[in-house]
Amino acid sequence: MAIEFKQVDFTYQPGTPFETKALTDINLTIPDGSYTALIGHTGSGKSTLLQHLDALLKPTSGTVTIGDRVITPTTSNKDLKSLRQHVGIVFQFPESQLFEETVAKDIAFGPQNFGASEADALKTAAKMLTLVGLDANLLGRSPFDLSGGQMRRVAIAGVLAMQPKVLVLDEPTAGLDPQGRLEMMEMFAKLRHEQNLTVVLVTHQMDDVANYADHVIVMDQGRVVKTGAPREIFKDPQWLVDHQLGLPKTTAFAQQLMAKGLTFDPMPLTEDELAADLVQQLPASAFGGAQANDD
Amino acid sequence: MMTKLIFGRYIPGNSVIHHMDPRAKLLLSFYFIGIIFIANNWPTYVILFVFTLLAIKLSGVKWSFFINGVKPLIWLILFTVILQVLFSASGGHVYFKWGIITISQLGLVNGIYIFCRFVLIIFMSTLLTLTTPPLELSDAIEYILMPLKVVHFPVYEVALMLSIALRFVPTLMDETEKIMNAQRARGVDFGEGNIFQQMRAIVPLLIPLFVSSFNRAEDLATAMEARGYQGGEGRSKFRILKWQARDSWATVSFAALTIVLIVLRA
Repeated sequence: MAIEFKQVDFTYQPGTPFETKALTDINLTIPDGSYTALIGHTGSGKSTLLQHLDALLKPTSGTVTIGDRVITPTTSNKDLKSLRQHVGIVFQFPESQLFEETVAKDIAFGPQNFGASEADALKTAAKMLTLVGLDANLLGRSPFDLSGGQMRRVAIAGVLAMQPKVLVLDEPTAGLDPQGRLEMMEMFAKLRHEQNLTVVLVTHQMDDVANYADHVIVMDQGRVVKTGAPREIFKDPQWLVDHQLGLPKTTAFAQQLMAKGLTFDPMPLTEDELAADLVQQLPASAFGGAQANDD
Repeated sequence: MMTKLIFGRYIPGNSVIHHMDPRAKLLLSFYFIGIIFIANNWPTYVILFVFTLLAIKLSGVKWSFFINGVKPLIWLILFTVILQVLFSASGGHVYFKWGIITISQLGLVNGIYIFCRFVLIIFMSTLLTLTTPPLELSDAIEYILMPLKVVHFPVYEVALMLSIALRFVPTLMDETEKIMNAQRARGVDFGEGNIFQQMRAIVPLLIPLFVSSFNRAEDLATAMEARGYQGGEGRSKFRILKWQARDSWATVSFAALTIVLIVLRA
């Protein structure tokens, strides 16, 4: 399901003394099946934009097209539900949205709201719990007895249970340990391929952008300042610094190597690419050298 | 939604009124509400309005804030005024009479007086909250409550609770908004359907809010203890309230206003 923004403006509390403009003239397309990363400095309007993807906010002017639904400033709040079924949002710290008596009921809550029968919804819940890597015997437990990491997974399972076509992730790994982060990011990548999802990831982790995304949108002060493939975005380190962003670790390291005389074209984004480049560029003796000394 | 409320918000500024002692502002605002009831004819109301508008002008806050402060209460005000007009005892010229409903000259005048009182009270209390940071207000309340210590009223504890509560109002509002959005994304319709459906829709909002408040309280209590908090007794103060010349002048002007009102009173 593709999402398209046309000349979208958004103002908080319009017409009051507290009026603040959050989005200005946003034009962008999130292609069907893409893994889009939305990056930008804190307060650049990422979260406001994100709420437009699910019609939680409606543009003050302009239009947002989600699949075949067009959201305009005058769209009524009725019948937005059918739209929301297709867009699943995992908000920041989603564990704070848990409320049911048991894990199973909480995961089944979404599907039931969209008309699934209780039996079906509970069946989906069991499936989703294993999908996010938790043990099935947690189904009967209270979500408030779980650890922070487990709660996060249950909340994500609750969103996935609605079987959305677009999955929006707002810093899904914030506050997780490195192992948990890797597992979670791999899980989203796997889900995307298995279920042909469109993924939108809001993050400050440039490594995740480099490793997973195929489309990047950069925001600054409520405007889209650049869109393109990760390689294009990370090509110009100075430009990123100007917009208060960083490079992925690998690319930053490659930059340092370039200062010492190596050349990379294109710039490597992942460790594998960097390793492949280095094997090509370094003389064979650089690899054999250590062995030669040992002999 | 809730953020539209003007009442109770603080607008940073640099006027004489902003720099007044919060105790003076709080006490004088209450005093003003008291003396409004001295007024009972046109000259006194005109004086009160001139005084209030001067105070607003002095604060440098935009007029629109005050108009917006009245807006949410306008129906309550009109309801009271209409009741007053329709059911007050007859006096002066009677324009209309039907059963117990009487519209008389006196009733109309009383209605307008009540309208003026409401507007004056709202303007003055809005002026207080718009120009005083909530923390200063809670300092002022702590100071004013101090005499109650004689009867073993827990002044420090109440002041602490008050300042923590004030500090967390915006945080909790943000949290509410966030959880509402998360649940709407999961298919909850807030504010739709009959009253029972609406009440049921609130459960997925209320439970997470309570749970997060409990967690927040626990974290905050731990953090406070870790920083050496052992109760209110024997603490020193970071924000020290200072009574200055401008506060005395404000008090004098209120006293003068009272005298003028008493003199002009019918």
